[in-house]
Amino acid sequence: MNCSDDTYCLGIESTADDFGVGILSFKGRALANINSAYINPEGGIHPREASRHHAGIAGEVLSKAFHKAEIKPKEIAVVAFSQGPGLGPCLRTGATAARALSSYLNVPLVGVNHCVAHIEIGKLVSKAKDPVTLYVSGGNTIISAFDGGKYRVFGETLDIAVGNCLDVFARAAGLRQKEGMPFGAMVENVASRGHSFVSLPYSVKGMNLSFSGLLTAAVQLLKSGKHTVEDLCFSLQEVGFSMLAEVTERALAHTEKPEVLLTGGVAANNRLQSMVKSVADEHKVRFCVVPKEYALDNGAMIAWTGILAYQHNMVIPTEKSFVRLKWRLDDVHVPWVES
Amino acid sequence: MLIKKGAEANLYLEDWHNRKVVLKQRLSKEYRIPEIDEKIRSQRTIHEPQIIHKAKEAGVPTPTIYMIDILDATIIMEFVKGKQVKQILSDLSDKERRSLCRHIGNLIGHLHTYGIIHGDLTTSNMILTPTGKVVFVDFGLSEHSIELENRGVDLHLMKRTFQSSHFKYAKECFDAVMEGYRRFMGEDVTKDVVGKIREIERRGRYISAR
Repeated sequence: MNCSDDTYCLGIESTADDFGVGILSFKGRALANINSAYINPEGGIHPREASRHHAGIAGEVLSKAFHKAEIKPKEIAVVAFSQGPGLGPCLRTGATAARALSSYLNVPLVGVNHCVAHIEIGKLVSKAKDPVTLYVSGGNTIISAFDGGKYRVFGETLDIAVGNCLDVFARAAGLRQKEGMPFGAMVENVASRGHSFVSLPYSVKGMNLSFSGLLTAAVQLLKSGKHTVEDLCFSLQEVGFSMLAEVTERALAHTEKPEVLLTGGVAANNRLQSMVKSVADEHKVRFCVVPKEYALDNGAMIAWTGILAYQHNMVIPTEKSFVRLKWRLDDVHVPWVES
Repeated sequence: MLIKKGAEANLYLEDWHNRKVVLKQRLSKEYRIPEIDEKIRSQRTIHEPQIIHKAKEAGVPTPTIYMIDILDATIIMEFVKGKQVKQILSDLSDKERRSLCRHIGNLIGHLHTYGIIHGDLTTSNMILTPTGKVVFVDFGLSEHSIELENRGVDLHLMKRTFQSSHFKYAKECFDAVMEGYRRFMGEDVTKDVVGKIREIERRGRYISAR
């Protein structure tokens, strides 16, 4: 198997608001990881507008990545792209760029599942071997662990993702996001100034979670004007993250895995990190958190997972490289992990 | 002696007035603020024995409760001898497995008819005793409800458990559970519940059927 440090894979990520390009050696060394985010100050992602952003910026991000990596395009051996799950127009933009590149360079094309990529890059950078993964972002809330050839989903949200819950609340509270300051970070900021706890619905169903009732209750209390935004942000985080910590702990108790891996955009939240770490400490397992650069959507994770898949001959012909908007994590066969 | 460090409680095997008992203590979680921590621990400690008792009325075997201590968030209950269904499911023959799952489905039907939602229907929470009884434990997440939605969520978790922990025979196991459920609940109710489970699945993320 080719694990050499001078063979490279280029990965393109474009499932949602980020367009990212990563270049990694087959050994797992990151040469470049360049990202450009579509920002809507009012929040939310307009799929068409986001895909226009991606199409407009793709060339620039690609050349920046090659510049940073200090390699020429013809040195790329494999092109990988996030094939799903995600927003259709965004996915198609990234896929188009990947197909063009692979056919121009005449190198194999690999389609990567975005959720698998989050786990794989997390394992690479934190050196976790067999973790329970809590993957939390604006679009996903999944508790997963490997078993029998796949990353099994032990628990997930039954409605909206935790990041979505925070985003929509921030929007209702009239906050505005800007470059480098997404809603999640703003909520964390505002929450740090809150101190009195407001009771909100806590909804854990076994290993699954529900955030929609929590969001509705928080927004209603906000509109009632009886509580400050600071107290509500604080309480929203405390309740939502306690729920996440509880299901993570349940998955740990159930699977008896030796590590916990926290990843996804919401993994950047310090309060959530401290809670999940506390759970890991209590069960005497290793706590791994993915650094922000690799926890947010990024091209490096696609490149790395592309390498793993390529080494197991999971190449797709261009004419079959359709994007898969609803490609579940537990649908993906993962032959590179030993059972 | 600590026998299980669960997600929300520790289980200890103790001698209590010459009886073997399980002491279930909901420990304070460092990660939660006191307001949430105290509420969750005391609510679940009060609630669990009540529902365990109600489950007996419904005809579902559950451990006998000897004592509760709300301040300490502790329940002392009968130690049920046997094996977790999770541990033995793969050792059974296809026929035995189906029959056990049908029986589990029947018991879930009893709970649901009596307005009890277990809330954590996993194969770790069912104990097969040497005499062949299935005892349901851990009602910490249970609630009173006869709503179709809650019944659906309850059984959806059972299905997910089979898919994640017993994926080799997930379908046959869950089908057998639903067959046992159907025999007790009748065709009409079961049809509605099955429809609800499908709806809950579709509500989940990235379902191609949607």
